Amino acid sequence: MRHYQAVIIGGGSAGLSAAVTLKENGIEDIVVLEKDCEPGGILEQCIHNGFGLQTFKEQLSGPAYAERYVKMAEKLNVDIRLNTMVTELHPDKTVRYISSAEGDVTISADAIILAVGCYERARGAINIMGTRPAGIYTAGQAQRYLNIEGYMVGKKVFILGSGDIGLIMARRMTLEGAKVYGVAEIMPYSNGLPRNIRQCLEDFNIPLYLSHTVTRTFGKDRLEKIELMQVDEKMNPIPGTEQYFDVDTLLLSVGLIPENHLAEEAGIRMDPAIRGPKVDDSYMTETEGIFACGNGLHVHDLVDFVSLQAKRAAEGAARYLKEKKDRGTPLAVKPGENVSYMVPSCVHPEDANANVEFFFRVRKPMDKAVVEIRSGETLLRTMNRKKLMPSEMERVILTAKEIAALKEDVTISMREVTEE
Amino acid sequence: MYDVVIIGAGITGTVLARDLSHCHLRVAVIEKENDIADGATMANSAIVHTGYDPEPGTLKAKLNVEGARLWPKMCEELGLHYKTVGAYIAACGKEEEDHLDVLAKRAQEREIPYRFLSRQEAKKEEPNLSDNVTKVLDFYTTAVIYPWEAACACMENAIENGADLFLNSECTGIEVLEQGYLVHTPQKDLLARTVVNAAGVYADHIAKMVQKDPGFVMRPRRGEYYVLDQDAQPVKHIIFPVPSAAKGKGVLAVPTVYGNTLIGPNSDYIDDPDDNGTSSDGLAYVRTNISKTLNSIPLNRSIRTFSGVRPASDHADFIIEEAEGLPGFINAASIESPGLASAPGISRYIIDELLSKRIEIVPDKEAKRTRKAPVVLSELSEEERNRMIKENPSYGRIICRCEQVSEGEIIDCIHRPCGAISVKGVKKRVRPGMGRCQGGFCEPLVLNILARELGISPLEVVLDSQKSVILESENRK
Repeated sequence: MRHYQAVIIGGGSAGLSAAVTLKENGIEDIVVLEKDCEPGGILEQCIHNGFGLQTFKEQLSGPAYAERYVKMAEKLNVDIRLNTMVTELHPDKTVRYISSAEGDVTISADAIILAVGCYERARGAINIMGTRPAGIYTAGQAQRYLNIEGYMVGKKVFILGSGDIGLIMARRMTLEGAKVYGVAEIMPYSNGLPRNIRQCLEDFNIPLYLSHTVTRTFGKDRLEKIELMQVDEKMNPIPGTEQYFDVDTLLLSVGLIPENHLAEEAGIRMDPAIRGPKVDDSYMTETEGIFACGNGLHVHDLVDFVSLQAKRAAEGAARYLKEKKDRGTPLAVKPGENVSYMVPSCVHPEDANANVEFFFRVRKPMDKAVVEIRSGETLLRTMNRKKLMPSEMERVILTAKEIAALKEDVTISMREVTEE
Repeated sequence: MYDVVIIGAGITGTVLARDLSHCHLRVAVIEKENDIADGATMANSAIVHTGYDPEPGTLKAKLNVEGARLWPKMCEELGLHYKTVGAYIAACGKEEEDHLDVLAKRAQEREIPYRFLSRQEAKKEEPNLSDNVTKVLDFYTTAVIYPWEAACACMENAIENGADLFLNSECTGIEVLEQGYLVHTPQKDLLARTVVNAAGVYADHIAKMVQKDPGFVMRPRRGEYYVLDQDAQPVKHIIFPVPSAAKGKGVLAVPTVYGNTLIGPNSDYIDDPDDNGTSSDGLAYVRTNISKTLNSIPLNRSIRTFSGVRPASDHADFIIEEAEGLPGFINAASIESPGLASAPGISRYIIDELLSKRIEIVPDKEAKRTRKAPVVLSELSEEERNRMIKENPSYGRIICRCEQVSEGEIIDCIHRPCGAISVKGVKKRVRPGMGRCQGGFCEPLVLNILARELGISPLEVVLDSQKSVILESENRK
């Protein structure tokens, strides 16, 4: 069995960044396993601009952003296996994969980095009644048909869910000559980035129906009509609010879910709040030597943060490979009031080697809030934040010094400040 | 001239076509949809019931027992999934326990193995059983199959033995001739010595083409289901409530051959036999009723909901008989549950008791009973997989990551007899899109493979029916 220092599962934005970072940290014997025919992952179908402002200080398209990392990886001679599907992951750090070129192969590694990405929630996971004709797609599927295959899926479009891919597709399909009748969002606020609401809907006069959802589809062969209804606070449709749109296409942009069947089958402990593995401050899961990052860990808002997080995970993996030492007892870092999750979920005060950045989201929109970092009952620090949206990821840094001094579990809360 | 024309390529029609193809007969199957197994066979509970439930003296009782006896051999010959999971009939309270005794007595008379389990014994096997459950009757030989796979394999075997299949061929009229029948379809007319009406929810419509009063009226009943992710396996056995005459078999939990769990169905009369949509009331009924027998069913792990339409009629029993005054015109109607379990029994009954009176049926010793087993990569050993991939690299390109289906398997299912010609046809045969992402990633890839293998433009590839196109136009350049 071929043995590697590190195996990276996934060659998208997270996997490429992790590979480059491992090489930069002197971990030479690595391989990236990528299922698609080219590296870059989902970035390849995101031909719109807006990637890279954090990482490269310029606006790039998805493929251009990916290209930067592919170039870096090439320069460092990263071994990327394309058309290679990982079929099994085991807690003993063996990985089984299949490809046309190599067949059915099992390899082992000292460290594994999961950079597996996410998938789109499908119709079955939400309750839309009615028939199941052609003409219903996830937004990402329609995006692939349009941007990679070169086909429009329809001309009269409605979009359910204000996730970013749906918003981007509203603009893209309008520019391609389709009529987008509206975007429905079951929550009372948008789930996409504010800039996408502006640039993709408002600039094209596409209505956003907040607190509305698509309740029924009609049509035998191809979609003919959808029913839209307003919902109450409990998200139940309100009788009497039915509206109908004669559309041939319904795009679903109703959420992304980290793709974790490999991790689950390997028995890696998951965090239900993110639907990804629980990770510590080095991005190691609770299964020793297996790390996770990117949208396969928790869904991000910007690709730049995916790359950044993957870099951190690779640094964690490199340190693990070089030092393999006991890091002492971890202390939990938990989401507090108005915070829906916390990544990473613990720190190691006895091995506080660097600052640790925490990623989380707020549970509801807030104009003003105070970040409160507590250790046990003690308030360590507060920070003011403005214009908070669940669609945007929040970040907080605990310094190495702060971490080293910790004696109790940490809670990070967002206390809402309401104007008089 | 055909010896037998079968109207409808559901499980009844395809199993019959296979059995007839093992004889010296010319057989044709006509189907109005763009694929076989597209009606009740497409959407049901996938169970081979042992036959304890039907009332004594009915065709249902006779043919279910017979069918359940024949399924294992047919599955072996055709290389089909047949998984014995066992069925728990869960009684809640004294009254229902009494009914278990009735079922046990029937089972004994029909030589169906069973055993009783106390609540504790059953709970040990099925921890999610509700505390309402007081006693369980275990029919441990009950199996689940993969109905579309079975229908496809039967049709394939029939075609290899010379039977004809005509898709998109709705029966638009039947003329009674002096000797035989002329069956009209939009494409062609088929001359038939005998006709078997296996048209499912449309059986009365077909019968009326030749009979003034067929003596039955179809009363289709829709059943809605949740499909749970393979990771969420709340039960190991099929869990039934105690059946009742009024409500049929009730809401079940079924562990399928591929590890998904079905939760359903409800039972609603519908006006339009093609109305296979889902409803909020129907699914709410399923949610409420499953909690009678089971706790903590993870419906939040549902990856799909669907409905199927039972071809029920105003008769309680199957209607399998020669139409009065019409020699060789056989109605096989009202084949609702346990229709799937009974299918091989129904086929034998039609051949031995009805057709044999009208046409000479001579077994063909040369006929094939088996078929070339399809390559199923995920079921091969590592060594076999590597050999297959070396011979044909397309088996090494995985298209569907949820179900681990390779390009080679998809290509195979398109080119087999009775092959797939739609995205759903591929999904029914080799499962890309059945997993948790529901085709989010693989549908565009499957579409391209279909276009290439069928020699058509991607714009012509359909989801299911002939008009269900997926792509609208080429992108502006």
